Amino acid sequence: MQERVIEKAAQLLESGACARVLGWKTGEFFYDVTPAVFTSAQQVRQEMVFSPFCGANLSKYLIAESRKEGKVGVFLKPCDSFSFVQLQKEHRILRENVYAVGVQCQGMSDIEALKALGLRGITAVQAEEDRLTVSTLYGEKTVALEEALSLRCRSCKSRALHDCDELIGDQGRDLDTDRFGEVARLEAMSPEERFAFWRSQLSKCIRCNACRNVCPACSCEKCVFDDPNSGVQNKAAADPFEEDLFHIIRAFHVAGRCTDCGECTRVCPQHIPLHLLNRKLIKDMNALYGPYQAGSDFDSKPPMLTFTQEDPEASIITEGRGIQ
Amino acid sequence: MKKWELSRLQELFEAIAAQEPLYIPTDVSGQPTFALWQPGMALTRELNTVRSAKDLFFPQVEELVKFKVEGKKIQVLDPQVQIRDQVVFGVRACDARSFDILDSVFLAEPADTYYRDRRAHTTVMTLACTHPEESCFCTSLGIDPQAPGGDVSCWIEGEALYLNANTPKGQALLSRLPLDEGEKPEADRSVFDRLPLKDLDLTRFGEKKLLDWFHSPKWGELSQSCLGCGTCTFVCPTCQCYDIRDFDTGHGVQRFRCWDSCMYSDFTMMAHGTNRPTQLERFRQRFMHKLVYYPADHGGQVGCVGCGRCLRKCPISMNIVKVARALGEEEV
Amino acid sequence: MRTDPLIPMVAQVTHIRTDTPDVKTFRVVGPDGKKPFAHIPGQCAMLSMPGVGEALFSITSSPTNEEYLEFSIKKCGCVTSWIHAIEPGQQVTLRGPYGNGFPVDTDFAGKDLVFIAGGIGLAPLRSVINYVRHYRDRYGAVDIVYGARSKADLVDYEEILQEWCQEDGIRVHLTIDNAQPDWDGHVGFVPNYVKELGFDTGKTVVMCGPPVMIKFTLAGLEELGFRRDQVYTTFELKMKCALGKCGRCNIGDKYVCKDGPVFRLDQMTELPDEY
Repeated sequence: MQERVIEKAAQLLESGACARVLGWKTGEFFYDVTPAVFTSAQQVRQEMVFSPFCGANLSKYLIAESRKEGKVGVFLKPCDSFSFVQLQKEHRILRENVYAVGVQCQGMSDIEALKALGLRGITAVQAEEDRLTVSTLYGEKTVALEEALSLRCRSCKSRALHDCDELIGDQGRDLDTDRFGEVARLEAMSPEERFAFWRSQLSKCIRCNACRNVCPACSCEKCVFDDPNSGVQNKAAADPFEEDLFHIIRAFHVAGRCTDCGECTRVCPQHIPLHLLNRKLIKDMNALYGPYQAGSDFDSKPPMLTFTQEDPEASIITEGRGIQ
Repeated sequence: MKKWELSRLQELFEAIAAQEPLYIPTDVSGQPTFALWQPGMALTRELNTVRSAKDLFFPQVEELVKFKVEGKKIQVLDPQVQIRDQVVFGVRACDARSFDILDSVFLAEPADTYYRDRRAHTTVMTLACTHPEESCFCTSLGIDPQAPGGDVSCWIEGEALYLNANTPKGQALLSRLPLDEGEKPEADRSVFDRLPLKDLDLTRFGEKKLLDWFHSPKWGELSQSCLGCGTCTFVCPTCQCYDIRDFDTGHGVQRFRCWDSCMYSDFTMMAHGTNRPTQLERFRQRFMHKLVYYPADHGGQVGCVGCGRCLRKCPISMNIVKVARALGEEEV
Repeated sequence: MRTDPLIPMVAQVTHIRTDTPDVKTFRVVGPDGKKPFAHIPGQCAMLSMPGVGEALFSITSSPTNEEYLEFSIKKCGCVTSWIHAIEPGQQVTLRGPYGNGFPVDTDFAGKDLVFIAGGIGLAPLRSVINYVRHYRDRYGAVDIVYGARSKADLVDYEEILQEWCQEDGIRVHLTIDNAQPDWDGHVGFVPNYVKELGFDTGKTVVMCGPPVMIKFTLAGLEELGFRRDQVYTTFELKMKCALGKCGRCNIGDKYVCKDGPVFRLDQMTELPDEY
């Protein structure tokens, strides 16, 4: 896969089809891959990488990149392609300036997943088929890719690639994973237990804004939390309760637009399972307004932007305990 | 040198905590952090905490002063900051070095009294490293991870904890604990020679003119995918920029300070604009400060301690090592 | 009560003078009705209204004034909008003085001085000008070049006419950007006016104004033969602590709040132009 991605990128630049290509750049180790804009085939061949550690979703960078001169090539994994479509629906990307290459995915890994397997001091990883050979300062170990999957990839909703101009690998299809299992477990808790769970998680927040800044659905030019005129500008909260509110408000703001790409949880330095807030809202919207998947097509109306007389009026007030 | 049986570590914590509040690195909701020790609380098995030990002296948020406003009158009220004696156990050599850097800022005249008082009232017990991560590079900055500083240095070797007081404050603490005498065995240092970043050189940025580094063509490429979040800043043990804000409680005004990040777009924003309008300038400021500006002002001392937190936590895996390498590719 | 450099004192605004449509000058005394502290021309202080915010302002009164401090403040942001709306008798909080100030007793001593200011840029220079007027025999000839968008935008206009213009050995050169009916003085931008006036290159220049004015005036001065080490200016950057700790006003290895705000321009040559 890596060879095909690199060859495609080099070809896009060499042929002049694209002025620049968004991809992933190799790092000091194997896991510290950085999203990067490549401008020459030579640079691509030297520095570009595509490995199970290329988790970063490149679609948000297209907001800026598609507005620059010339065409930008981009590599999108299935989950990234949902964001790509959703951002187009929100008129944030100029599609005509983008050449999208879909890359089929077997699930991504990350350093945290390897650490969860008890590996420490990891210096190199060799990926072959469905296995990873991990070298560490303390010896070598081979693990199945499945064991080393990123948290979000364990409940992947779909491997279908959307709106790509070209594919590397197959088109892919929706998966039937137990995506809402964890949400259901939270729902099964008593309100006190659930409150304690979120309190313990959200109180770890250091308000670095990584979740917001990486989120393809958070594309406001100026976030209310950064705007001194908004009245809610806030850099760090004196009370952890304010961090709870920050994340809950953010989840509501992206409700109906969140494609469930899981970048929020991937980037959180404190491992707060932020995607579960979004997923809870997705689950509720599915239950209330019928199945909807943000970023899966261009035509469907987002549930929070449409109104029908049949819409249920469920609320914490009328139902007492929210949506079960 | 003093000695304590590792299997009875909880008893040692109990003995310290009986005298002063004790903070140890422990796992809270799955993340290693410094927390107030309570019976049964175990040391984390992770090498280091996500947030650095700077929290103990420079908390993310702290109240500075209060005001009462009535009509045209203002009253300044004592914030009643309570700073008690406390002990922190398990600070790694990198974080211990970061205190020197923080001291050079906060204790410079006029000293920050909140920081100064917390420093004065805290006994720092460091813990030597035996199992570094691949992202560790303190050794390249002249830090010996097996000889950490602080008021008391500690080592875990075999089944014992060895303790050595470095300062009168440390001696006072150890003299109040029922410790045995012991000599620690020679430790195996070979793993430190295998660290992939051991030859990194972050100290060479004084060799060229400040402006030459500033105008390096590399900054554009290095900063192009930066998200402008504050992760690197907030996990960094040496980042100390802060914001001061007011909060009107309805019963008065609290003036507090909180961590701030030069990576944020509003950091230098004034009514008529900002002097760092794009992420390139903001990104450059952070790394120039660590590698060039701070050393220029502090006898060559780099504003980095090699803890590797930014290597692990940056959402796009951009970090000081990559910056130093990229800049270093240019001829001096 | 805790004592910390970040904990301010309470001060009181006793007089408010409207200078221009968007500049007012505030007279401030300490809780005892006296001048809150001594300062050097060019130094600044942190003024705040609890709940609104704190901001750094240049002290525009001269140190030779023993009774009060003055601040000329342009309305442009949150704190300044609030302060423009207050009435005399309002208390504010105050801490300072901060920064290095102008070298009035060393480098400036015995020199011919040329002050060049644009708009609200006169505010920090007013302190120096009045200090120099007070100790007139310690300095040579004084020229003041001051420009604003219009006549109404000239800060301290009354003081300029009534006092500065009346004094021997001080030449005041006023200019406004565009001609207007009640103005018979010079019309044009400050940088061009400075070139027209063509000062002797032995003089020392003290300059403050918007960045674009500084840039072009400096180019003009260099054309006239001035060296950068003869030119002093004062900078304004976002500040929170004013103690060289919060990191905001860091440029290169300098902190504008403590190493500045006054810089000799040759010292700036070694610094990134992020100001």
